[in-house]
Order: sequence, then C-alpha cells, then structure tokens
Amino acid sequence: MAMFVLLVGTMVLSSCIGAVSISFAELTGILGKQAGFSGTTHFKPQQAAVLLNIRLPRVFLGVLIGAGLGISGAAVQGLFRNPLAEPGLIGISSGATLFAVLMIVLEVGFFRSLSGISGFYALSLAAFTGACITTSVVYRLSVRNGRTVTTTLLLSGIAINALAGAFTGLLTYMATDEQLRTITFWSLGSLGGASWETVTGILPFILIPVAVLPLIAKSLNALALGDAEALHMGIDVRNLKRIIIVLATIAVGASVAVAGTIGFIGLIVPHIIRMTFTADNRLVIPGSALLGAALLTLADLLARTIVVPAELPIGILTALIGTPVFLYIIIAERNKSNI
Amino acid sequence: MIEVNELSYHVCSKELLQRLSFEVKSGELLTILGANGAGKSTLMKLLCREITPSYGNINFRGKRLQQYTLPELAKQRAVLSQQSTISVSFIVTELVMMGRYPHFEQVPAARDLEVVQLAMEETGITHLSGRDYNTLSGGEQQRVQLARVLAQVYDCPDACLFLDEPTNGLDLLYQQQMMELARRLADKGYCVICILHDINFASRFADQILMLKAGRKVAMGPPVEVISCENIHETFSINVKLMACEGYSCPLVIPAMSQNKL
Repeated sequence: MAMFVLLVGTMVLSSCIGAVSISFAELTGILGKQAGFSGTTHFKPQQAAVLLNIRLPRVFLGVLIGAGLGISGAAVQGLFRNPLAEPGLIGISSGATLFAVLMIVLEVGFFRSLSGISGFYALSLAAFTGACITTSVVYRLSVRNGRTVTTTLLLSGIAINALAGAFTGLLTYMATDEQLRTITFWSLGSLGGASWETVTGILPFILIPVAVLPLIAKSLNALALGDAEALHMGIDVRNLKRIIIVLATIAVGASVAVAGTIGFIGLIVPHIIRMTFTADNRLVIPGSALLGAALLTLADLLARTIVVPAELPIGILTALIGTPVFLYIIIAERNKSNI
Repeated sequence: MIEVNELSYHVCSKELLQRLSFEVKSGELLTILGANGAGKSTLMKLLCREITPSYGNINFRGKRLQQYTLPELAKQRAVLSQQSTISVSFIVTELVMMGRYPHFEQVPAARDLEVVQLAMEETGITHLSGRDYNTLSGGEQQRVQLARVLAQVYDCPDACLFLDEPTNGLDLLYQQQMMELARRLADKGYCVICILHDINFASRFADQILMLKAGRKVAMGPPVEVISCENIHETFSINVKLMACEGYSCPLVIPAMSQNKL
C-alpha cells in the first residue's frame, strides 16, 4: 500500500518536473479538462501539449517498463531459488541486444529510416524476436525427460549469453562510427522513445505478466523449498517453470525492445522488498512491480533533468543509484545478522 | 491404504527396485531399513509419485496412484524430505503455512491459520514461530518442516505421511521425540512410512519393518518376526547379536565382535 502511494507520488512528481515546469494545480487542470471537467485552473497550451504528448507517455512508459523488469526479476529469482538471478541470466537481454545490434549494423539501407517511427518499431520487434529465440534455446537445452533442470538452465543461459555477446562484439567491431553511437546509446537504455504508440504497444506485454505472476506467488514460495517439495504440495512444477519463463521473456523482451537494456532494476528491486519486508513471494511479486515502476520513473526523472538540456542514458543512472543502495542494504543486513 | 504390486524401477539397465510387493494399512507405522543404495529413497519417491514406476503399480486408497491429480494427492499425503538448505529466508509461521497451500487459493482461511497453530503445537515449535528459518538449528529446522508436512494433511485423519530419515542430524532427545510423534500420528489413524537407519528405533516404534537389499525385499513383517541375525546379515552384511530386554517384545540389536583377526 505504501508502495502504491510512492508510485503515484513519483508519477505526479515526474509529470510536473522538466524543461517546461507544470505545477500540481496545472497538472490536475489539464487532466481534468481532458476528462471533460471544466476546471478553474489556468494553464498555457504549451504546458498541456508537453504534458499530454511528451511527459505523460514517458511517465507511463517508465512505469510499465519498471513494473515489467521488477516483477520478472522477482519471478526469475524465485524460479532459480537464487537471489542473484536476474532475467538477463537466461539470455533474454543478450538475445534482444544481439538482434537489435544486428539490425543496426547489417540493415544499412534500412538503418537510415531508423530515426523514423517505423524504424523504431522494427528495432523493437527485432529485439523482442531475439529475446524469444535465445530464451527458447536456453529453455530447450535445459529440459531433460520433461523436467527443467535448474542448474542446466543456468549454465546454458551463461553459454548462450557468451555466444550472443561474442556475436554482438563481432558486429560492434564491424560497425561504423555512426552505428557505434547508436549501438552504445541503445545498450545504455533510454525512455526517450516514449510516445502513446510505444506505451500502448508494450501495454499488453507488461500487463499480462503483472496480472498473472502474483497469482502464482504461492507456488513460487513452495518452489523455494525445492522442486520435490513443491511437487508434494500438489504443484505442477514443470508447468510453473514454463509459465515463469514465458512471462519473464514477454515482459523483459518488450522492455528491452522499447527502451534498450536497463540493468539493476530486475536484480535489486526484489531484494529491497525481501530485505525490508518479507521473503513471502505473495508480497515480493506485486511489490517488485510497484517499486520497480516507482524506481524507474524516478530514475528517468533524474536522467532527463540532471544534465538539462541533454539527457543521460537511464541505464547509467539505474546502476549509479542502484549499486550504492544495494550495497547499503547488504551491509545493513550483514551488521544485523552479526548481533 | 497402500498396495504395491510387482513394483520395479530401473534407470537405463540398472535395476533399482525389483518386483516389490507389499501392503500398508492406515494406522500403521512402516519403517524401511536397508543399506545405502538399497533403493529406500527410490521406493519412497515412487510411493509419493515423484517418479513413475517402470513396471508394476501402486494403489493408494483403492485407486491407482497415477489417477490422482497433484492437488488431490497433496491433500492426502505429505512428504518430509531430507534436509535441504533454503536460500531465501522465511519466517517459521510462513513456512508452516506453506503446508496449507493446497487448501486455499490466495488468502488463507481461518481454519488454515488454526491448523498452522495446531501443527506447531504438536511439533513443539510454537516458541519459534516468529524466527527466521535460516537462523534455526538443524533439529529445529527439521521440526519446522515436520510441522509444515503435518499441517498439509491435518484435516485428513487417515492421510499418508512419508518421512525420509526424519531423525537424521537430530540429537537423541529429538530423535526420540520425532519417533514418538510419528507413533502418535499412526495411532491417530495416519499411515506413516518412514526410512530409518537405526534398527532399534525401528523395532521400538514400527508396526511393520520392510528390509531392502539391492532393490529386493529381504523380509517384511512385525519387528519380532523380521529382526533376526540372518535377516540383518543379509540386509546390511554385518554380524549382530540379539539381546532380549525386559519389557520389550523385540530383542535389541548390537554389533557383534568382529570375527576378523587384526
């Protein structure tokens, strides 16, 4: 509940602050007018245009991607029974990156139109396809006699990541200077491509995992005790693993496709919740979605205001903010267990 | 309760269990004895449907085991596996509540909360309820797991409990408490199947003993009938002496002096 308030607060804050500043009263005025109420607050048309066309889609995109990354991070950590796991581990991010870079470098003719919206979509689609391919390869490698062997899943994930990384490296080596710049910016992540189209585009890919994953939180708790134990509690473990992998790929694949690789959210958000509240996945899963959304929106707010008029890639910021917070939590936790 | 017919299990060409047949009734405590690698754990995995038999079949409450759905089965039988570490830290009550997972969808009902309390009282861990599972000692962890398993089938008076070496890593007091609890549950009507290493514990608490050697049944029956020097020699390849003890129907088993010259 507190996290929900935090999220709404961040969203409002993020909508108001920026190159064109909008007060809270003006914000409600603009939104009220859109909803059909004739408010008394006066605002400039420019403010309305900025809010409705630029800032709001961006805030919503941040919320969606943050929620997607946070929730799939929590789910994947539950799947691997390992708090160090993150969606990137099973090849989602690396596959997406490889395909995106492939698009940038090889499709030279196509590349020219990449600045346009169709090019943006093509890039997203390629990244999403890449994520699906690598994840399904990793998943197939790790299924033996109809059972998903977690260790093999982890190891083949590492192998596929290395392979995808090698190909990405090869492509980077071949790339021209201009392409390199695009690659770098893409791999650092940014919410700069936000528009209502991208928001509606990824909405289903995020909403489905966010709606479904909390329902299987109970099973994830049981899975924490072990595969056999979960089975004894009446849980179809094989099916459960499949669902988690598919949902995490959908959410992360879509996020990477739209905003590039944004690290750390998937790793640290579930941790923060686990360490401050409880390890019960019934809270960790939905909590990770809320906190992930709040954190990414906040990070994006910083990313676009800290070096005005330029903009910092958000991947840098999440790592910059995320790492100290994460280390602080680890140290605090260590000190607590010493007592 | 459980009928096992001609049960065999093999991996590749290695026979782990061969043509095993026996029956356990509700209210009985069956212990399985055998050397390492005799097929005790394989048998238990087959009985709780973790793996599927190669040949033969298992009837559970008059119905083929394979015909149950997993959630159905979860309400009628629970399994205490050997200890494994948990990487995420759960509070003791949360962990015991997991035993109630087959019984509710998203929010535990009043009965679930009540059963968690009862199961914790039964296993004597009420004072640990707020503790972090990972900070408990091995013996305490084992009892928390037992409470979870008990909570799972608490409402089913003739359910089946599988205990895989439940006394492992426990000191003598807890070993005894664990077996007394198992005995009490069997007396209540549960069918308890338990893998043990200690022959004296087995003969003290069990109604029936099943002795396994290389996947075959050596002997099965009440302790007085199966505890003999020959059976034990065949099962464990050791020489023992039996000592009658006042007040106990079954003789105590102690290792014989080694026959080998040093």
